[in-house]
Amino acid sequence: MSRFEESAPARGGFSYDLCKRNEMLMQKGLKPSSYLKTGTTIVGLVFQDGVILGADTRATEGPIVADKNCEKIHYMAPNIYCCGAGTAADTEAVTDMVSSQLKLHRFHTGRESRVVTALTLLKSHLFSYQGHVSAALVLGGVDVTGPHLHTIYPHGSTDTLPFATMGSGSLAAMAIFESKYREGLTRDEGVKLVAEAICSGIFNDLGSGSNVDVCVITKGKREYLRNYMLPNPRTYVSEKGYSFSKKTEVLLTKITPLRELVEVIEGGDAMEE
Amino acid sequence: MMNLADSAPATNNMLGSEADSQRTLYPYVTGTSVIGIKYKDGLLFAADMGGSYGSTLRYKSVERLKSVGKHSVIGASGEISDFQEIMRYLDELILFDNMWDDGNSLGPKEVHNYLTRVMYNRRNKFNPLWNSLVLGGIKNGKKYLGTVSMIGVHYEDDHVATGFGNHLARPILRDEWHENLTYEEGVKLLEKCMRVLLYRDRSAVNKLQIAKITEEGFTVSEPYSLKTSWDFNAFKNPTLDAEGSW
Repeated sequence: MSRFEESAPARGGFSYDLCKRNEMLMQKGLKPSSYLKTGTTIVGLVFQDGVILGADTRATEGPIVADKNCEKIHYMAPNIYCCGAGTAADTEAVTDMVSSQLKLHRFHTGRESRVVTALTLLKSHLFSYQGHVSAALVLGGVDVTGPHLHTIYPHGSTDTLPFATMGSGSLAAMAIFESKYREGLTRDEGVKLVAEAICSGIFNDLGSGSNVDVCVITKGKREYLRNYMLPNPRTYVSEKGYSFSKKTEVLLTKITPLRELVEVIEGGDAMEE
Repeated sequence: MMNLADSAPATNNMLGSEADSQRTLYPYVTGTSVIGIKYKDGLLFAADMGGSYGSTLRYKSVERLKSVGKHSVIGASGEISDFQEIMRYLDELILFDNMWDDGNSLGPKEVHNYLTRVMYNRRNKFNPLWNSLVLGGIKNGKKYLGTVSMIGVHYEDDHVATGFGNHLARPILRDEWHENLTYEEGVKLLEKCMRVLLYRDRSAVNKLQIAKITEEGFTVSEPYSLKTSWDFNAFKNPTLDAEGSW
């Protein structure tokens, strides 16, 4: 009769099999994964004709800059893009996965993808992993129902906002948005404000840096402005380069043999082992 | 018979026995950010009047900007009772200075140094004054603005902030502060920063004071509130075109 408790087939819903083991690990000192705001500044803004997304380009591995010019604005659909903060592998993988799902859905329905579709696919995936997939996203796009901007948190909650910032530089960028955002911005004003907010993150947050990427999405058109601004150029580059010219003069040539030549006498005794 | 249990203390408690322990372990009633900037004629400071008790906004008329002697202003965030203690230390310092009656008076640089020593030495005894302080003033035409944290970290700059102000106000100040701000421009800049803090810091209250110090002396404004705008169309109906999402 006790056999029934053991391996019951998975019938959907949560499986609590590992709870006891997790508790045991916590007692032994394992710290549960906490929400990490890692090195990034990503922003999104709704303007009069659509949505503008912005991101910095620094990828960090602890205190070291791993990639000086990485791409944080990911393609989801021709009319939907997604900025990602958090663990780079998680943001890449989850946006790739949902992008494929959207494409298959487009084939199935014969229609342009909607932003809420991407939103629901992303949030249900993240929620089912209870925050362990550390991806904090700013999702923006324009579809038949209009322009949309959403933020998605690693645990799966979402917000629908006119302007949003995420990542470690989010406070610096939000300070700029809160003081300068207004409704009905034109494209140029919007791009300028987004670039200003990303620059605020780049220069005031240690986890963000390098260049500014911008993506403008409007009805029927998207402009991916990779490296829209390069505010951190390499200022001091040596013209001489690093080849050292030959300026050595030969003063003396002396060859000293390192080993003495041994004379082998024919017919002599074999060498001692 | 000798009772061996009495011969040696059982615990080797380096931080003093628990019976007379009166160290500050955590703050109880706290004030949030303070911002200070230099401007053309002197210095301007802004702080709201909130005293939070954990997550409750318990006191709403706490004055966190005070004058020190003739030349300086102090603003404090953190534990309010520790700020009151610091004011007692400073009042004693100024009193002793006045008693010399030598025509000399302590300027902001000296007060800042005194505070740094006090904070650092308390930290070394594991009994900190749980505050982040902004200290500034003007003496003989020279403007001075500095900050001290609860562990004794101190520096001076053209604009300083404590707590959340460092994350939300400093980026704005780094972009928009410049030498020779007029009084109106300075107040406008401080209000811009305080407004962002009001939107984004949960312990901020909409009741603030602006303090000014010039060669003429110290003035602090009457408490007033900032105008905020919550009427974005997108806030009125966020999910208008995204039915079912939240």
